[in-house]
Order: sequence, then C-alpha cells, then structure tokens
Amino acid sequence: MWFEQVLFFIVAAGALAGALGVVMLRNPFYCVLALVVHLVSLAVLFLLLQAAFLAAAQVVVYAGAVMVLYIFVVAYIGGQDEELRPDDSLISSFGPLFAAAIAIELCFALIGTGLESLDTRGADVGPGFGSPGEIGALLLRGFLVPFEAASYLLLVAAVGAVVLARRRRGIEEEPPGTPPEPPSETLEVRV
Amino acid sequence: MSATDYGWLILAFPLVGMLVNSFGWRVLPGRLPGWIASAAIGLAFLAAIGALVQIQDLPAEERTLVDSAWTYAATADLRADMAILVDPLSVFMCLVVSGVSFLIHVYSVAYMGGDRGYSRYFAYLNYFVFSMLLLVLAANFVILIIGWAFVGAASYLLISFWYRRGTATYAGIKAFVMNVIGDVGLVIATFLLLNETGTVNFEQMFERAPEVFASNDVTLVFACLLILVGAFAKSAQLPLHTWLPDAMEGPTPVSALIHAATMVTAGVYLIARTFPLFELAPTAADISAVIGTATLLFAATVALVVTDLKRIIAYSTISQIGYMVLGVSVAAYSAGLFHLMTHAFFKALLFMGAGSVIGAMAGIQNIDRMGGFRRAMPFTFVTFVCGALALAAFPFTSGFFSKDEVLAFTLNRGGGFVVLGIVGYIAAALTGFYAFRMVFRVFWGDPVPEARELEEGHLAHGEPQNPMTGEAEDTDVGFPGPEHHIAERDWPMKAAMGPLAVLAIVGGFVGIPGLTDTIEKFLEPTFEESRFATTHPSDGAEWVGLAVGALIAIAAIAVAFTVYVRRRGITLEWRDRFPAVHRFLEHKWYFDELYDAVFVRPAFTAGSFGRRVVETDFVQGFIVGGATGIVRVGTSFARAIQTGYLRGYALLLLLGLAGLGLYFLIASS
Amino acid sequence: MDVVWFLVLSAFIFCIGAAGVIIRRDPLVILLCLELMLNGGNLALISFARMHGGEAGQVFALIVMVIAACEVVIGLGIIVAMYRNRLRIDVDEMTELRG
Repeated sequence: MWFEQVLFFIVAAGALAGALGVVMLRNPFYCVLALVVHLVSLAVLFLLLQAAFLAAAQVVVYAGAVMVLYIFVVAYIGGQDEELRPDDSLISSFGPLFAAAIAIELCFALIGTGLESLDTRGADVGPGFGSPGEIGALLLRGFLVPFEAASYLLLVAAVGAVVLARRRRGIEEEPPGTPPEPPSETLEVRV
Repeated sequence: MSATDYGWLILAFPLVGMLVNSFGWRVLPGRLPGWIASAAIGLAFLAAIGALVQIQDLPAEERTLVDSAWTYAATADLRADMAILVDPLSVFMCLVVSGVSFLIHVYSVAYMGGDRGYSRYFAYLNYFVFSMLLLVLAANFVILIIGWAFVGAASYLLISFWYRRGTATYAGIKAFVMNVIGDVGLVIATFLLLNETGTVNFEQMFERAPEVFASNDVTLVFACLLILVGAFAKSAQLPLHTWLPDAMEGPTPVSALIHAATMVTAGVYLIARTFPLFELAPTAADISAVIGTATLLFAATVALVVTDLKRIIAYSTISQIGYMVLGVSVAAYSAGLFHLMTHAFFKALLFMGAGSVIGAMAGIQNIDRMGGFRRAMPFTFVTFVCGALALAAFPFTSGFFSKDEVLAFTLNRGGGFVVLGIVGYIAAALTGFYAFRMVFRVFWGDPVPEARELEEGHLAHGEPQNPMTGEAEDTDVGFPGPEHHIAERDWPMKAAMGPLAVLAIVGGFVGIPGLTDTIEKFLEPTFEESRFATTHPSDGAEWVGLAVGALIAIAAIAVAFTVYVRRRGITLEWRDRFPAVHRFLEHKWYFDELYDAVFVRPAFTAGSFGRRVVETDFVQGFIVGGATGIVRVGTSFARAIQTGYLRGYALLLLLGLAGLGLYFLIASS
Repeated sequence: MDVVWFLVLSAFIFCIGAAGVIIRRDPLVILLCLELMLNGGNLALISFARMHGGEAGQVFALIVMVIAACEVVIGLGIIVAMYRNRLRIDVDEMTELRG
C-alpha cells in the first residue's frame, strides 16, 4: 500500500541519517543520541516487516538498556571531543572506499540477478507471524539450545564486566571531583 | 672331565670372582674380597693343572683340542665360534698366568689393605685374569681379539686405579691409546688373513696357509707385520714401548701382574701361536727379531740411569720381553716361552720386593733416597736378591737357563743372527749390572732414616704425595690408603714372595739342556709343524752358550759390586763427565719428546683448529647463523604487517570481505 | 513492499558502520559503529524471515541482539578499565600487538 511505502522511505531516511550521524559527529554523546534515533527507526522498520515482538525488543532492550549503558559510560569517561586535526592517514581515506565497494557489490547482488528467482513480495504470512507467542514457541521448541547458550553467554558477559571494571586494591583513588590527570604518554598498565 | 671342560672352568672361576666382587662390594667385609678373588684364581690354577693332566694322558698327536660353546658370529664369509683351544701351548700359558696371578692376588690382599677401593681392585684384577685366560685359550682370531681388547681395558682400569692422581689418569690414557694402535694392527691383520684364507679359526688357517701363500707373499708379510704391531704395542717393544714405564703409576701388584708377568707377554704368545704364518713370511720374523734385539739393548741402557725403582724394573721388563720376542722370532719357541715363565717368576718377585721397600719408604720410590735396608728388612732383602740373581742370569738360576738358551738358539741360526746374539750378550751384561745396581743401592750402604726407624721397630710415615711429582695428595679420598705394608709384617706378602723366590732359583731346572728339557718336550706337539723343529743347537753348543752367559753374569755382578759398594760415588763422577750421554739415557732416548712433537702436538693443533674454525666459525657462525639469518630475513616482511594498529587490521578485514564479495559476485554471474 | 528495498537499506547501514569502524579513533564510537553493523545484519535477517515466511530468522535476530548486548557490556568494561589505568582513549595508541 502507498502508506507503507511512504512510511518506509521516511523511516529509512531517518535510519540512514542516524547512521551517518554516528559516523560523522565529533562529540561521542551526540553519536550515542544519533544511534538511538537509528535504533528507533529500525524498530519501525521491523514493524513494517511483521516482526512486532522484535520491534518491541529492539526498543526496550537495545534503545532502552544498551544505549542507557552507553550514556552512563560516556558520562563517566568524559567524552572529550575528538581532536579536530584532520586525520590524513591512508586508512581514513581507504576505509570509506572499501566500505563503498562492499555496498556496491551487495547492491549488485541484491538488485541484480540473484534474487529474481524469489518472490520479492514476500510469502503470505498469517496474522500471528512475529507475535511473541510464536517466537516464544519457536525458542522453546526448535531453538532451545541456542536460547540456553545465549543466556549462558549473558551470564558470562555480566561476570566478565564486573571483573573488568572492579576496583583493585592498591591503586590510589583520587577523591571524587578532581579531574583526572592528563593520561601519561607511556603505557603503564597496572593491574 | 675332559681337558676342554677344564678349559671352560679355567675361564669360569675368575669370571665368577669378578662378578661376586663387583656386585657384593658393599656387603663383603674387610679383606674378604681379596680372599674370594685369590680363591677364584687358585681354583683356576687347579683347573689348569687338571687340563694339564688330561692333556698329557692323550697321545702326542691328539693334544690339540677345540671345544665350541656356541656360534659367536656366522655371517657371509666369517664363522667364529665361542671356542677354546686346549693344547700344550695354551695350557702352559694358563698355568703360568693363573699360578703367578694367584700369588700376586695373595700379595695384594695385604698390600692393598686399607685402601678404599679394595673390592674394586680385586674385581678389576679378576677381570684381568679372566681376559688374559680368554686370550690364551682362544681358538680363533675373533675371541683372541676380544680377550686382547679386554686385557687392554683391564690395564687401563688398573693403571689409573688411583684415579684422583692426574699422573695416573694420563698414564692410563697413554697406555690405552698405544694399546689401541696395536688393536688396530691386529684387527686389520685378521681381516687380511680372513680375506686370503677364508677363516679366522687357528687350526684351519694354519692348515690352509701353506696352500694359499707362497713363501714371503707380500700380503702375508704385511699381515704378519700388522700382527707384530699388535704384539709390540701389547708387549711394549720399540717403538710402542713408551706406555710401560708410565704404567708404573698403578699399584705395585698391578705392575707385577700385568706389566711384568702376564699381559705384556701376550705379544710373545701371539707370535708363538701364529708361528706357521711367521715361518711362511721370514721377512716379518726377521724384522721381529731385529726389533726385539734393538729393544732389549735400548731398555737395558735406560735402566742404567733411571732413578725410580719401579721404573728400573719396568725397563728391565721391556728388555727381557725383547729376549722373548727374539726367541720366538728365531723359531726358538720353547726357549722363548721358557724365558717367559722364568721371567714371570723373577719379575713378579722383584716387583713384590720393590712394593715392600716402597712401603717401608712410606711411598717414596726414588732410589736416591733409599739405602741400607739389609738389616731392617731381611726377608725382602733375601727374596729381592733371589730375583736379581735370576734377572742377571746368575749360573743355575732360572733366568740363567732360559735366557742363555734363547741366545744359544739365536747364535745357532747363523748369518746375521750372530750379530743379534752378540748384542743379546752385551745387553745381558748390562742387565746383570743394573739388576745389582738396584740391590746395592737399596739394600747396601748406610741405612737411611726410614731404614733406621724400621730397625727400631716402627714403620716410617710420610705425607701422602704423588711419588712422581711430589705434590701433596688429599687423604679424604681414601685411595691410596693410608697404611703401608711390608713383607716382614704381613704374612700374605711373605706367603707370595717365598714360593716365587724358590721358583726363581730352582725353576730353571726343568729346562736343563740335555738333561730335563721338560718345557721343550711338553710344547713339542704344538710346534712340531715348525720348519726349525730339527734345527736345534746341539747340547754341546748349548752348554757353551750357558758357560759364556755365566761368565758374563758373574762379571757384571762383580763390576756392579765394585761400583756401588767399593767405590760409592763413582757413578756421580761418570755422570759429570758424560752429561750428554746421561741426559740422553735419562730422557729414554728422547722417545717421549719425539712422539710429543710428531703426534701429540699436531693432534692438539688440529683439535683447537677444529674447535675454533670449524665449530665456532663455520658451523655456529655460517651454517647455524646462516640458516637462522635467512629465516629472519625471510620473515621480516611478514613482521611488517603486524603493526599493532587496530584500524589497519580492521581495514584488512574489510578488504578481505570486499574481495570475497567480488569473487562470489563474479562466480555466480 | 518489495523486501529488496529493506535488504538494500541493510547493506547501506552495514557499510556505513564498517566505514565508521575504520575512520573513528574513539573506541566508544567504534563500538557504536559495530552496533550499526549488527543492526544492519538484523534487518537483513528479519527481511529474509518475512520473505520466506519462517520465523527462524526473527529468532536468529533475537539471539543476535542478545549477543550484541553482551559484547557491548564487555567492550564498555574494557574502556572503563582503560580509563581507570590512565591510558589514552585512542585506538591508535594501543600497539602492543606490534610484532
């Protein structure tokens, strides 16, 4: 329907704008916010693709929890602006080049011959497609092992994060409020 | 039991003795290892007597018995059995070896008392006797070489017995290296003979030799010369003699057993055993005779000036073996072997006496420090004089009959051998002189402090030191032991020296020409194939020779008496008047210096060249360094990729992804 | 709506994220760009799920979200540890893997 197409283009533009914002904005805080915009746009796109549960998960988990975590860390770190001196190393010029190359290749693949055999309209799906109930049933029946493994992975990650960021005895802690001293040039890793 | 059964027993007893002493050294108390070892050899001697009796029961033609235990090696052309040959020659050698060894074992029980290596010593000694008996009982070259090598190893072990002494280990190495030179000669000779005759078995080879070889065949002469190399290395003849005086670093009973009575006579035995080959190659036999003669003269001259008591006796051994070699080279086999037997008696006796004197001197071996022991050590004095009389071939002693029989045979051969005979008589004069030089220097004259102490009843004590270099030694090691033993106080030493003294005096009576000739008749079955079996000097000629020898011996003893007793100190005048001659003789005709310059220094130079250039520069630097250098250079480009730069790695990832995508794109279109 | 559009969009998002990983020097922002790439992948997965009518793709995307969350947690923990140890927050400075 025309409504869907218009919505698609608007939301796609928003997603792309967010993505470009992440890459090009100088202040990391603004980058995080741009990513939030991008994530919400993607959630709408998921809705368009009849994945209601995933859209909700995207908003709640991704944009909600993960980005909040990001904002906390940015606030803690301080988020200085990146230096404005132009980065004229080869890498910075070649990176976008190769990325563009990949994009072009993928477009060739997609728009070109590859998918002509498929019905691009999509299969006929019932009304319950993408609902929590069906996703849940699939998780517990067909994909039980990945489900369990993923939850185990979450546990490991949580423990790992605690270990990584805990305070270690012996390192003197500045009283809160003093700005961190300029980081030393030499890498002294004290653990 | 047959003779060969006794033969196996002769071999078994020393072997068992060695094993018991080797494995039980912790548990056997006190002097028990010594008695076990002596009992083993005593039993071997009895077994040898058993073999003798058995053999004499057989008719003369059948007195060569071979018994094989198992096939030792059977390969393409070679068949060697673990076989022993029991015939008059080997039984004779077994009797001499086991008999004298038994007495020396008994002597050592007392002499080595207090030494921490007591069991080790007797294990080595039994091992040596076993090897020597294996050598003389061998029925083929392979077993002979095995025994030969074992004997060399035993010699090494026993010379460097007190291995904490640097001089002893050097002497052991020197002896072993020279023995190995002989081994190589013997082995190559065996190869040559095997190649030509197709067998290593003595009986078969001696049967085939006349068919395969013409007289003085080049190969045969060469093989015999190589056998001589082996014999001369083992028997310390020129030019391979320099190890024997240094071998006096070992304990005195070792010198008595190995380097006087038995091992050094192995060369003589070898020439006697392979006599058919030597008779087919007269050139080699003549060369052997000449070298034997040269050796006996050389050694006699050196013995005139050397001042270490054991080394005088060592040079006299070299000289006397020269007589034996001369004897068996001129086909006087029984005479040479008779001299071997009598020499075993009196030389072992002389060494034992020397051991007793050295014990009284608390380890000092220099005769310049000795004198006047006549009253303090009467038993040693009497036995030593018996030995010296026999060495000097005083009339009616054992050495008299044997040595002069050899010389009579030599003269009888005629031609150039007369010269050798005359040289032999000259050296006999020198022998008589230096034999009594020893006697008069050690036992006559004013008693030295050690002798005076002994007359008063207590044995001298000295600081433990190396007798050759004088440097002090560590007593914590435990060997050599702190005690010194003399014959007057230790009955085993007396028990050994007494019978030998008797034998040295009367042992010759078995070989009186014309009357008894026991040895000759006994050995006849072995040597009946000899071409010279019939060219025997007549009895009259032999008696003339004996008379000449007697005169020479008495004259030499008289001269020695004059020089050393009547006009003491005249030798010092002589030394001052002929310093060059004295130096020449004292340095043993500069043989050691010659070998040092020709062999030792180039070897050291080659070795240090090898270490410096070949090992360090070439192998380490070029080959190893080159290999690692190439690897390092080759991988440096790979290391350049590892920049540690995170974004660079990410870029490479992306690049790879793009490449893959491109590939699939192209592939699917 | 042609699902192909969604796929093309996901390709663009992925490539923008890839370029961002290479261009940026702040590790925080690099992690954000990694999130972009993961989201691009998610979008593609869900598009294919819609195309074929099977929900397996959506479950896959869900699991990917879980993994992205774990990875973010660890990555941020590393950044916090770096900050605590007074290192410069700049990926160009971390070259210990240089060989």
